[in-house]
Amino acid sequence: MTQSFRLESGGLINRDKKISFKFNGKNYFGYEGDTLASALIANGVHLIGRSFKYHRPRGFFGAGVDEPYAIVQLYRNGETEPNIKATEQELFEGLEAKSVNCWPSVNFDVGAINNFLKIFLPAGFYYKTFMWPKSFWYKIYEPFIRKAAGLGTASIKHDKERYEHKYEYCDLLITGSGPSGLASAYSAAKNGAKVILAEDKSRFGGTLLTSEVNIGNQSGKEWADSIISELKEMPNVTVKNRSQVFGYYDHNMLVMSERISDHLPKTKKFHPKQRLWYIRAKEVLISSGSIERPIVFGNNDTPGVMLSSAAKEYLKVYGVLVGKKPLVFTNNDSGYETAIEFKKNGIDPIILDTRKEPQSEIIEEAKNMNINIKNSYVVVAAQGYKKVKSADVAKISDNKEELGSIENIECDCICVSGFWTPTIHLASQSGNKTKFNEDIDAFVPGISKQNEKTLGAANGIYTLEETLKDSFEKGNLLSKKITNNDNKFSFPNVVEKKSTVHDKFWCVPLPKGKNYKRFLDFQNDVAVSDIEIALKEGYRSIEHVKRYTTLGMATDQGKTSNLNGLQLVSKIENKVVPAVGHTTFRPPYSPVSIGAIVGREVGKHSKPTRKSPMHSWHEKNNAVFVDAGVWLRPRYYKRGDENLFEASKREAKNVRSNVGVCDVTTLGKIDIKGPDAAELLNRVYTNAWLKLPVGKARYGVMLREDGIVMDDGTTTRISKNHYHMTTTTAQAANVLSHLEYYLQLVWPELNVNVVSTTEQWAGAAIAGPKSREVLKKLFPKSDVTNEGLPFMGYMEGDLFGVKAKIFRISFSGELAYEVNVESDNGYFMWEKIIEAGEEFGIQPYGTEALSTLRIEMGHVAGSELDGRTIPYDNSLEGLLSKKKDFIGKRSLSRKAFAAEDRQKIVGVVPLDKKTSIPEGSHLVKDSNAPLPNPKLGYISASCWSVEHDNPFSLAILKDGKNMIGEKLFVMSPLKNKVIPVEIVSSHYVDPKGERVRS
Amino acid sequence: MLHIKCPHCGLRSQNEFSYGGDATVKRPELGKEISDKDWDNFVYNRKSLRGKHWELWQHLSGCRQWIKVQRDTATHEIFKTLKANEEIS
Ligand SMILES: [Zn+2]
Repeated sequence: MTQSFRLESGGLINRDKKISFKFNGKNYFGYEGDTLASALIANGVHLIGRSFKYHRPRGFFGAGVDEPYAIVQLYRNGETEPNIKATEQELFEGLEAKSVNCWPSVNFDVGAINNFLKIFLPAGFYYKTFMWPKSFWYKIYEPFIRKAAGLGTASIKHDKERYEHKYEYCDLLITGSGPSGLASAYSAAKNGAKVILAEDKSRFGGTLLTSEVNIGNQSGKEWADSIISELKEMPNVTVKNRSQVFGYYDHNMLVMSERISDHLPKTKKFHPKQRLWYIRAKEVLISSGSIERPIVFGNNDTPGVMLSSAAKEYLKVYGVLVGKKPLVFTNNDSGYETAIEFKKNGIDPIILDTRKEPQSEIIEEAKNMNINIKNSYVVVAAQGYKKVKSADVAKISDNKEELGSIENIECDCICVSGFWTPTIHLASQSGNKTKFNEDIDAFVPGISKQNEKTLGAANGIYTLEETLKDSFEKGNLLSKKITNNDNKFSFPNVVEKKSTVHDKFWCVPLPKGKNYKRFLDFQNDVAVSDIEIALKEGYRSIEHVKRYTTLGMATDQGKTSNLNGLQLVSKIENKVVPAVGHTTFRPPYSPVSIGAIVGREVGKHSKPTRKSPMHSWHEKNNAVFVDAGVWLRPRYYKRGDENLFEASKREAKNVRSNVGVCDVTTLGKIDIKGPDAAELLNRVYTNAWLKLPVGKARYGVMLREDGIVMDDGTTTRISKNHYHMTTTTAQAANVLSHLEYYLQLVWPELNVNVVSTTEQWAGAAIAGPKSREVLKKLFPKSDVTNEGLPFMGYMEGDLFGVKAKIFRISFSGELAYEVNVESDNGYFMWEKIIEAGEEFGIQPYGTEALSTLRIEMGHVAGSELDGRTIPYDNSLEGLLSKKKDFIGKRSLSRKAFAAEDRQKIVGVVPLDKKTSIPEGSHLVKDSNAPLPNPKLGYISASCWSVEHDNPFSLAILKDGKNMIGEKLFVMSPLKNKVIPVEIVSSHYVDPKGERVRS
Repeated sequence: MLHIKCPHCGLRSQNEFSYGGDATVKRPELGKEISDKDWDNFVYNRKSLRGKHWELWQHLSGCRQWIKVQRDTATHEIFKTLKANEEIS
């Protein structure tokens, strides 16, 4: 296939390397260095999609990030990605793309019926129409809208690509490598500052690539190339292309997305697809340039109508003609530059200039080239459906209100220039108080809130000489402040053609009897008439007008539509534009892949995984693991084809009858040292701690100041001023912060140090009537008899040469011990325990059996200490000291906490002794009561009691104290269950606690 | 993301810290009688200021020290940071 719109020569593409690609199933060729857009235009393809609301044909409007139309579904290396701008996507071998937003095809589009019905689709149409009847919404409206609207389809496959995050610090971050970016980067770099220069496009240089200027006897492009290659050699400079700084956050933190592999057919091995940079910059120089503004006229969305700067870029960068019979419609000199480029390449353009008698060097040049120029002329409407075929044009009166007679000019593209809008998005995001500049009819940055400055065109400076001067100076000044170097350099000689003032004209009036759609927002199909309706209906704030009409709310964030929208509102409202104000710019400046935002924190990597030193033993012994916070813990050890229920029952039973061992390494451990350690514990825990002897452990409960239980655990006095505290697995970090808070801020006079030792100790709980026999074998030299090591006792032991801590504490309600050794010896300890326990029938048990054992004993854990219960609720009121004050004590005397019928923990048994009770179910008095059925309490934890061989649950029940023996119902609407139950004591096994003391 | 100057470690990113609420609230003395109203004010009631606010942060992933930070709640400007034992002036 020939590229009929490609010039014979010219452009920055590599003509030696042909690239084949597919669009909507058809094969095409382009060159290395093309974008998908330039390659399609070279092949004469202008119809690329359908518009969002009216499904009108869509072509190309821009040549970069500002593109509102050319959004495609991209296919690359077996993956697909929606919402890709054809103007940004670089061509690679084998690229495939499809149109979006058209069904069934781009040429025949059912949704275009909307266009014929447009009288029914004014502003707020969706709000007004689809409201009722209600039942129509999900049956008819929603499926239809979903199919007919939307921009592409997200892949439902797992994204195999890798995305990285990077943190970086620099002195100056410079966003954009046009003249202002290059000049400021250069002078800052020469002063030794650490500089990051970011360029969104693949090529550095910005407008220098397309403008006819000279800097120091070089062309703009040559100068840009030489500056970039010098910067790249400097160790203090990072130069990044394909990198978009899209967000400006607090304290000069900016985020940049670097597209590393998107331009390649396939991501290279070990390379990420994209990298997100979090950059903390001392100073930010915004050199993001400006975006050309459209002029609004009839059917101005027809394919072939595009920005004149884009037409010039396609010519100069890609050697591509956007048309062979171009019409240039302009209110300023920029349109002339585009026309001159056409003329240089043998194409005869016609210029329609809204101005009456403009004069400048550029206009003079165009005249000398014999370009046909029509002054005081406007395009009234574009003609043609899928591509511009001609333009209705007319003379316009000096007051710009009266149109002369309509003439028709044949053309195949209309290049529009309505002057330039500074790209102030980043400045606005930074909190800069922008101001309206009357000379350019646009907002420019004003008072900075953070350390940022805006340069060049982004700041409304449109001449090269002034831009370069200002940028060299700012780069020098800001870097000097940081590095104290002041490198002097001579300012290069700049040659550029002078231009004259633009015409403030931006919207062509409708000719009598015509009702052309004149679009403001090209992606969201917002026309002049929509804004007029919104204002008529009473919307005044520009923020409301925006939301009601969706002006500027598309993925291009109104880069080409915002200002014209404001002009219109200000005209109708008879207010000046600054009084209307602009809507807030928010990050991201341009869409960012979700993958890049997520980075490496995907799936298993979304949080760290903590494993105990015995983990590999558990793996080898068929443990099935469960996530406990960030820890992986054995849930049960599978034997044969046992399921969870069978295995956990076997494990729990074995603890009750023989002996079991459980990995309790995950328990939080805090080492507490200092002369005031006992005093700290006495204030933090609800019970008394001043008289705990050395070598003894004690169970304690700690509250928050609001009286709610925060955590529980045992703390052991190792020596006079040394305590070993344990916390629950989940609360370990919070308890440490809690202790630090009181020690550092509330009671700094206490001489105590606390430090986490969770990772330093490996722990094993040995529980069951035969546990003492196992212990004797493990510590033959120690006296572990009931007298030598009584309940709640502590001693140190020698585990075959390894120093061990032995605690006689129990979570299971059985005679039990916990042995701790230094983590490195954990595996050794575990193997020794298994070995020693073999003859007593020892079995490892997991968290499921652990839960069963504690539930039937009525020991509270995380599901009862859930941040909503006080000690009384958990039957822990016996641990509340009356003699001393402690954290949270005062709250317990508040009325609701002291209420007679306060909730309390109880046991729950199903009457049939068979039906298991779902956790989270509600307890009610009458299962047939009308809804909402008054809830008396909830099931906090359930198990199969191995002692009684029937289901047993714990519940927090209103007036639980007086409910023992009552018959109630458990209701679980989720599981559709109603179970008659009896309320019993929460201590279902060994209520007197004799076993732990045996 | 805020940039907070830990008085012990220097400038660090916000994600190393955790927020700890109003730094001007004083815990009532242990063992002292206190009215329900005063206790509720200590436990629950906060001003939720717009503007300059002294607040507590803990340098969780750093030195683990609790620090006092004077921040503008509307603009996020940080004026001053103090060690736990330094009085707010
Ligand atoms: Zn610190």
